[in-house]
Amino acid sequence: MSDDGDATPTDRQPSGAPIAIQLTDIVKRFPGVVANDGVNLTVRAGSVHAIVGENGAGKSTLMKTLYGAHKPDEGTISVNGRVEVFSSPKDAIAEGIGMVFQAFMLAANLTVWENIVLGDEPGSAFSLNIGKARSRITELGARYGLDVDPDALISDLGVGDKQRVEILKVLYRGAKILILDEPTAVLVPQEVDALFESLRELTTEGATIIFISHKLDEVLKHADAITVIRQGRTVGEIDDPSAVTSHELAEMMVGSELPTPETRDSTVTDIPVLELRNLTVANGDAGARKMLDDITFTVHRGEIVGIAGVEGNGQSELVKAIVGLDRSTGTILLDGLDIARLSTRERRDAGIGYIAEDRHKDGLVMPFALWENAALGHQHRAPYGRGPWLNVAGARTQTEAIVEEFDVRTPGINVPAFTLSGGNQQKLVVGREMTADPKVLVAAHPTRGVDVGAQAVIWDILRDARAAGLGTILVSADLEELIGLSDRLLVMLRGQVVAEVDPASVTPAELGSYMTGAKAGAA
Amino acid sequence: MWEKIWRGSLAPLIAAAAAIIISSITLIISGNDPIEAFREMWKTIDSTQSVVLIVNTAVPYYIAGVAAAIGFKMNLFNIGTNGQYLLAALVAGWAGAEVSLPPVIHVAFVFLVAITVGGCWALIAGILNVTRNVNVVVSTIMLNYIGIGLSAFLLSEVFRDEVNGGLVAQTKKMPESARLPALNPLFELFGFHFGSNVELFGFLPFAILLGIAYYVLLNRSLFGYELRLSGMNPDAALSAGVNPKRMVLITLFMSGAVAGMIGLPFLMSDPSFLKYGDAFPTMIGFTGLGIALLGRNHPVGIGAAAIVWAMIERATQRLGPLGIPPEIGKILQGSFLLAAVIAYEVVRRRNDAAAVAAAAAATRDEKPPPPTPQMAPIGATS
Repeated sequence: MSDDGDATPTDRQPSGAPIAIQLTDIVKRFPGVVANDGVNLTVRAGSVHAIVGENGAGKSTLMKTLYGAHKPDEGTISVNGRVEVFSSPKDAIAEGIGMVFQAFMLAANLTVWENIVLGDEPGSAFSLNIGKARSRITELGARYGLDVDPDALISDLGVGDKQRVEILKVLYRGAKILILDEPTAVLVPQEVDALFESLRELTTEGATIIFISHKLDEVLKHADAITVIRQGRTVGEIDDPSAVTSHELAEMMVGSELPTPETRDSTVTDIPVLELRNLTVANGDAGARKMLDDITFTVHRGEIVGIAGVEGNGQSELVKAIVGLDRSTGTILLDGLDIARLSTRERRDAGIGYIAEDRHKDGLVMPFALWENAALGHQHRAPYGRGPWLNVAGARTQTEAIVEEFDVRTPGINVPAFTLSGGNQQKLVVGREMTADPKVLVAAHPTRGVDVGAQAVIWDILRDARAAGLGTILVSADLEELIGLSDRLLVMLRGQVVAEVDPASVTPAELGSYMTGAKAGAA
Repeated sequence: MWEKIWRGSLAPLIAAAAAIIISSITLIISGNDPIEAFREMWKTIDSTQSVVLIVNTAVPYYIAGVAAAIGFKMNLFNIGTNGQYLLAALVAGWAGAEVSLPPVIHVAFVFLVAITVGGCWALIAGILNVTRNVNVVVSTIMLNYIGIGLSAFLLSEVFRDEVNGGLVAQTKKMPESARLPALNPLFELFGFHFGSNVELFGFLPFAILLGIAYYVLLNRSLFGYELRLSGMNPDAALSAGVNPKRMVLITLFMSGAVAGMIGLPFLMSDPSFLKYGDAFPTMIGFTGLGIALLGRNHPVGIGAAAIVWAMIERATQRLGPLGIPPEIGKILQGSFLLAAVIAYEVVRRRNDAAAVAAAAAATRDEKPPPPTPQMAPIGATS
């Protein structure tokens, strides 16, 4: 270490650039979830580096760690060879690391330049140097090929332009390393190409790009290197994307060492229990494409119908439309009874069980005791409710039974839900819905963010219920889970069912290409 | 049981100590002797007569605290209790004096009028919220001014008592049948003598009943369950089939209905009022917001907070002539409230972390990190 200016030989590969970012053994835990469990990431300066993984694999958590939104519980971050500890995004930006969020954080009623300088205004405390701000933005835009009119109002801009403003905002603060969280999720194909052109332009100017995606084709097309994350761990580091196929990448993402939800004897009957006919959910914006477009399919007694699709293609809306949380048109026949006009409570009373996709947000009330959570959604029915009163004794007895039967590991039924691990919380949710004896279960991501043990328990519960005649709609991002549990798989894309496949013969890679629309199937 | 009480009182005790220190510093800076000030304050409240006066003052504060707490429990900030109770007191005072009914029925009638007027006035904000999505904080604040203005107009133009040429803007005095007798004789049965110059107002038992009803409704009824549920996690409430609009309407009506009773102790018990007039106290609604916060929306906590509030007010009444600024009472109240809110949050986080650790230990699971549970409603206990 005689010369600080030079990179040491180990920092270089024969053909590679110096290492800009090195994350080593990052562990980050949240209540009930280990989001990152030993992630490693090496990004070379001047490269476009993709991080891929399924929903819930821990990509966003990792990026938050990197730009200082939270500190890792274990592991180190080094930037340009120096180990850093970031206490806040400010520290990260000081090291030249900037984040471009998936959801835009722009003030719609301000102009482009006002948004860019917001929080980092040139001039003194009392006077804003507008000329300086504007000229720097124009200069940045010209240099990186990110042309936006500095005086345009944000509310007048399209999605692509808004994203360029977000990128400019980060560059304006001096970022050399840009993190983009699913930057293409909101863009149309032409804009995607333009974005990657701009990003490529940025790297020639010395910037380093890290982007998160689960669209394999665009990753393979545009990235210089790929890191694959699964269940909070790094499972693959690919330096030469041309050497892998999307099939191989998909297999890495999905993995195969999990306890497999194997297929068994069919319990499917020919008695329809839930029939959806022309179910449609309109978009809030008039004229925009429908969130859910004319969905028709039937679930039979003893059948699990899996719904596959890239997040945001209508699966959430389908679930909410069936449960009655989204306004929809069309017919929903539950055991022959049209429940499409009923309220959520009436639908649940009629026999719809519901496992919400986000137990923290929709499925549980974290400060409530377990017995209060067990009553959730069934509070007005025995044994939880009696007339206008809450039957506390009945609810407690029932909760004890759920805890016992569904193996919820807890010191008691009076502790608040947030004290439990994610797996135990989810077992409580699943147990609660199952003990209400539903005719149809709508299960959205029932094993998301739970440990392997709880996952196996939940799969067992779903299988047993299927054998007992329950009809289930299973929405999941875990392709293994979908293929293993489902009797029939429907693929959703842009609000429509675009393919129906047989889980016994389909591979994850094949399913992936239906999901991205690369392959068209018979719906 | 005792441990629970101790754990519940720890934070308020710390807050009280902080408030006393802050007020003492203020007194020293302003050139007063804090020890002398607190000794004088203690002397003022250290008498049976003072205790009775403190309880009388605390009763309307308590009702105002419960009215605010009903909203708080649902994260619905009914800042309009002031307007609700003034309007309710005016209409109930007028109607109560206009009709003649047998004793018990007359009292019930006045209650009914006050509850209806207060509830309906709050319901305006609820209707605006569910139909036009108007923020409840904004609409209830604004309805305060409308309510105060409207009651001033109604008092001078419609409900004014024309006796004596209507020189003073006030309603007629409540007839005997609409009043609640003082509780002195009842306490004398048990050997407590308050002295002849003070009355323990007869409204006290109603306030206690209100506290019990509030507790039972909140913790034992389905409505209370759904109210707490909506307050803590509106998304989960939706998924559980709770209709949020219905909850907003009912909760605001109930909060307003309770607020409507704030003025009743003055109309039915306080010999210096027994009618609605210009001298009627106007700011109890706002006081109730702080009291609910201090009492953590718990019926017993609100009661304790109302007593403390009234005690501070009583204690500082005689400071002026001694040259000690009586404003020290406001400083005490303000710093107490602020310190309490901070202390509650600190204690809550500690308890949450301990609960997580205990659950992890009991289940031999991997120990999760300190929790970041969703925001609990203001003042809610966990």
